[in-house]
Amino acid sequence: MIASQLPILQVIVPLIAAPLVLLLRRSGAAWALTLLVTWSMFAIALVLLAQVMDGGVLYYRIGGWAAPWGIEYRLDQVGALVLVIVSGIGSVVIAYARASVEREIDSERIYLFYCMYLLCLTGLLGIAITGDVFNLFVFLEISSLSSYVLIALGRNRRALTAAYRYLIMGTIGATFYIIGVGLMYMQTGTLNIDDLATLIPAVADSRTIHAALAFLTVGICLKLALFPLHMWLPNAYAFAPSVVTAFLAATATKVAVYILIRIVFTVFGGVDVFAVVPLVQEALMGLALIGVFAASSVAIYQNDIKRMLAYSSVAQIGYIILGISLASSTGLTGGIIHLFNHALMKCTLFLAMGAVFMQAGGVSIRHMQGIGKTMPWTMAAFVIGGLSLIGVPLTVGFISKWYLILGVLEKGMWPVAGLVVLGSLLAVIYIWRVIEAAYFKDPSNDTITEAPLSMLAPMWVMALASVYFGIDATRTLDIATSAAQTLLGGGAP
Amino acid sequence: MSLGMSLETTMLLALATPLAGSVGIALVGNRQANLREAVTLLTAVTLFALVASLFPAIMDGARPTLTLGEMLPGLPIQFTLEPLGMTFAGVASFLWIVNSLYSIGYMRANKEMNQTRFYVCFAIALASTIGVAFAGNMLTLFICYEVLTICTYPLVAHAGTDLAKRNARIYLGILLTTSIGLQLLAILGTWVYAGTLDFRDGGIMAGAVEGPVAAILLFLYMYGIGKAAIMPVHRWLPAAMVAPTPVSALLHAVAVVKAGVFTVLKVVVYLFGIDYLTEWVNSDWLFYVAGFTILAASTIALRQNNLKRMLAYSTVSQLSYVVMATAILAPLSIVGAALHIVAHAFGKITLFFAAGSIYTAAHKTEINQLDGIGRRMPWTMGAFAIGALSMIGIPPTAGFISKWYILNGAMDAGHMAAVAVIIISALLNAGYFLPIVYAAFFKKPSADKADDHGEAPWPMVVALTVTAAGTILLFLFPEVFIDLAQQLI
Repeated sequence: MIASQLPILQVIVPLIAAPLVLLLRRSGAAWALTLLVTWSMFAIALVLLAQVMDGGVLYYRIGGWAAPWGIEYRLDQVGALVLVIVSGIGSVVIAYARASVEREIDSERIYLFYCMYLLCLTGLLGIAITGDVFNLFVFLEISSLSSYVLIALGRNRRALTAAYRYLIMGTIGATFYIIGVGLMYMQTGTLNIDDLATLIPAVADSRTIHAALAFLTVGICLKLALFPLHMWLPNAYAFAPSVVTAFLAATATKVAVYILIRIVFTVFGGVDVFAVVPLVQEALMGLALIGVFAASSVAIYQNDIKRMLAYSSVAQIGYIILGISLASSTGLTGGIIHLFNHALMKCTLFLAMGAVFMQAGGVSIRHMQGIGKTMPWTMAAFVIGGLSLIGVPLTVGFISKWYLILGVLEKGMWPVAGLVVLGSLLAVIYIWRVIEAAYFKDPSNDTITEAPLSMLAPMWVMALASVYFGIDATRTLDIATSAAQTLLGGGAP
Repeated sequence: MSLGMSLETTMLLALATPLAGSVGIALVGNRQANLREAVTLLTAVTLFALVASLFPAIMDGARPTLTLGEMLPGLPIQFTLEPLGMTFAGVASFLWIVNSLYSIGYMRANKEMNQTRFYVCFAIALASTIGVAFAGNMLTLFICYEVLTICTYPLVAHAGTDLAKRNARIYLGILLTTSIGLQLLAILGTWVYAGTLDFRDGGIMAGAVEGPVAAILLFLYMYGIGKAAIMPVHRWLPAAMVAPTPVSALLHAVAVVKAGVFTVLKVVVYLFGIDYLTEWVNSDWLFYVAGFTILAASTIALRQNNLKRMLAYSTVSQLSYVVMATAILAPLSIVGAALHIVAHAFGKITLFFAAGSIYTAAHKTEINQLDGIGRRMPWTMGAFAIGALSMIGIPPTAGFISKWYILNGAMDAGHMAAVAVIIISALLNAGYFLPIVYAAFFKKPSADKADDHGEAPWPMVVALTVTAAGTILLFLFPEVFIDLAQQLI
């Protein structure tokens, strides 16, 4: 009985838990409840993923109302994978959060953090599971509004301006999205994703639908921070509390990428978007590559390591979009697997930075000096995450790179393949600056000690995961490949 | 010598032993230096025993295959032992024992810091070297190749000075840029076009890849294998000389650089296939690039005054012998290439041992300081002389045998340019090695009270004597390695 209700539980439980946290108020209790909820959501997500892998696309009608009258939840492989990423990262981050939050957020506001965290989780999970484009917008707003608050909780006053900027850009993105949805509704009279997929091919050549697609794409690209629409991201990540950065960097942009995939390959699955609308493919691919190079180059010159990693995130988004823009099975697999892999490595890196921030009082390159000696475990995790970012074999980064380049080479685009590897070499430069400072400079302050176990353990769970899934990638690739095939086969005429 | 285990188990143990050793070294740590060094030596001896026990079966034609799970769909991490890998693994694991002995003397006498990190990284480097030697497909080889790059970085940067950091950056930069930027592309290209990455007799390209694509792939491979140090991607090797001498000796004269030329041979023989290359791909450019590297590096070596830098450029030149011999694509020259991996290993490690022992005993690093030093350090300079002869290729040293095969192969193939390169290069080698030997034994030492020293510590002297003796023994009894190498063709 309960098993058939899992899809709605995935969303409703954190939504109910959020106001409960407000009532609890005490930070310890709030943390315990949040932890319990997040871990349960992770368990549910794993079960859902297993169900989808076995039985194909899963449908759930809310209140028993049939679509398109009622709201329908619709879960396929890529959606289930995103659920696992979001709830999995959430579980690890929340275990880490307790010590870090106490240090970085004013104590009277800590319960607010947990409340917003749960709301953000609700929104992100909801986006991945819903089968309705308007419902998706609602969840998008829930996650966005809560993440503005989360970012603004940072002690640094500049967190406020960063959050404000994100608010403006995010709202523009969301507005564009809802305009796109409205235009589609005008032409088809439905908001259900499956319905849209069947109805759109008939009207695909209308200017309204073209405009809808343009609004949707630009709006989503703002949310996922595709170059040059990324300007909100570096400051937001740099000034947010460390836990928030780790969580958002690994999940929020990934979920936005998921929306893009959903729109292009499912809603517009019946029409070959890249063939019908000229230049979309070239534009996406071009922006993705420029993004990789521009953002990586800027990352090299950052002194604040969190900012550096933020720019690196923009670059990594470029790789994901590149994979998607190939629109081939291999390319899409590469993009989807990189969603997962990048979440693992970026989370490791930001968690390590959170530990350094807590123990050394900052994360500029100056604070990193000698950290290799004073905080060996933290720095070792950072090295693993960094190697993964570069794409060294035996880490998840290598698997992503392998598939992305494979997808590019299958299309015979040798120069693009060359650019992809060149881009990853830029990562060597910015990661190595940190490694040199940490291991070959003397500590500026000998009193710095290793972070507490409650922070090290989650960090190392992520680090080991990014090694494990780099050595045995068959399972994750099965999921990604089957997701890509469902997406490509789903609506093809 | 059978240890009563299946060949596959022995291979697994050989891969695991140095890794286990590195954990052991890390656990013992600085507190008990003697125990830590005992762990290193024990690991090295165990590794060699394991590798040696595989030898008879390989000679009988066995090709044991060990699969460690599937990394990507259709692409397992797989190790298959064949004659070339046997040769490389045998040489590297034997010299590790000698080098460990030498390291102990060197690191203690020079009071180096961070010795635990040093021995841990060294053991991991050996594990990845064995992995390169055993690799059964190109993906596995690439992984071990990259691990080798990364775990040797801390060894190059060991001193932690600005100079060491800068050079380590060059080292890592060039090796990672070439391997990720070019080699990985080549591997992916091979996978897309040939559909497999297995090393097979006769290659995997025939019938699957067209000539022009194969030509691009060959280019990407040859420059992607930065460890083979063909010009202009050789700069990392002189830069790596900033490392402590045992690192230069075992890693940058044997393990790392040989992993490079070994990979070149593997790619040419087992991925492309000699027949396929001869017939379909224009690989002349490789021959000319290698020939140019041999002569240019020798010329640069001639002008060096720092002993280790001179040896580094000599290594660049000697590595290109292997590449050039491979590019000639004649059966005898391929045998010569395999033999030269062995011969150069013994000769060059001896030379580096001597350089390190001079540095330890006399604190001298420059060539013009070596006048008369042979009288104070007869063992060291005697070994140096033998190593030098082997570089030039004069009997009774191992270098003669390998050059003889390469020369014969070049004659068979009618490659007169190769013959010319080999002869000119031998003269250049003589030009920069013999004056040192002459000055050490026959010139008068300068009257400097800093010259009041004797031989280096005994472990170092024993080590360099063993490798010098090996250089001569290889000349007298080369059959083992010749038999192995002949299985390649």
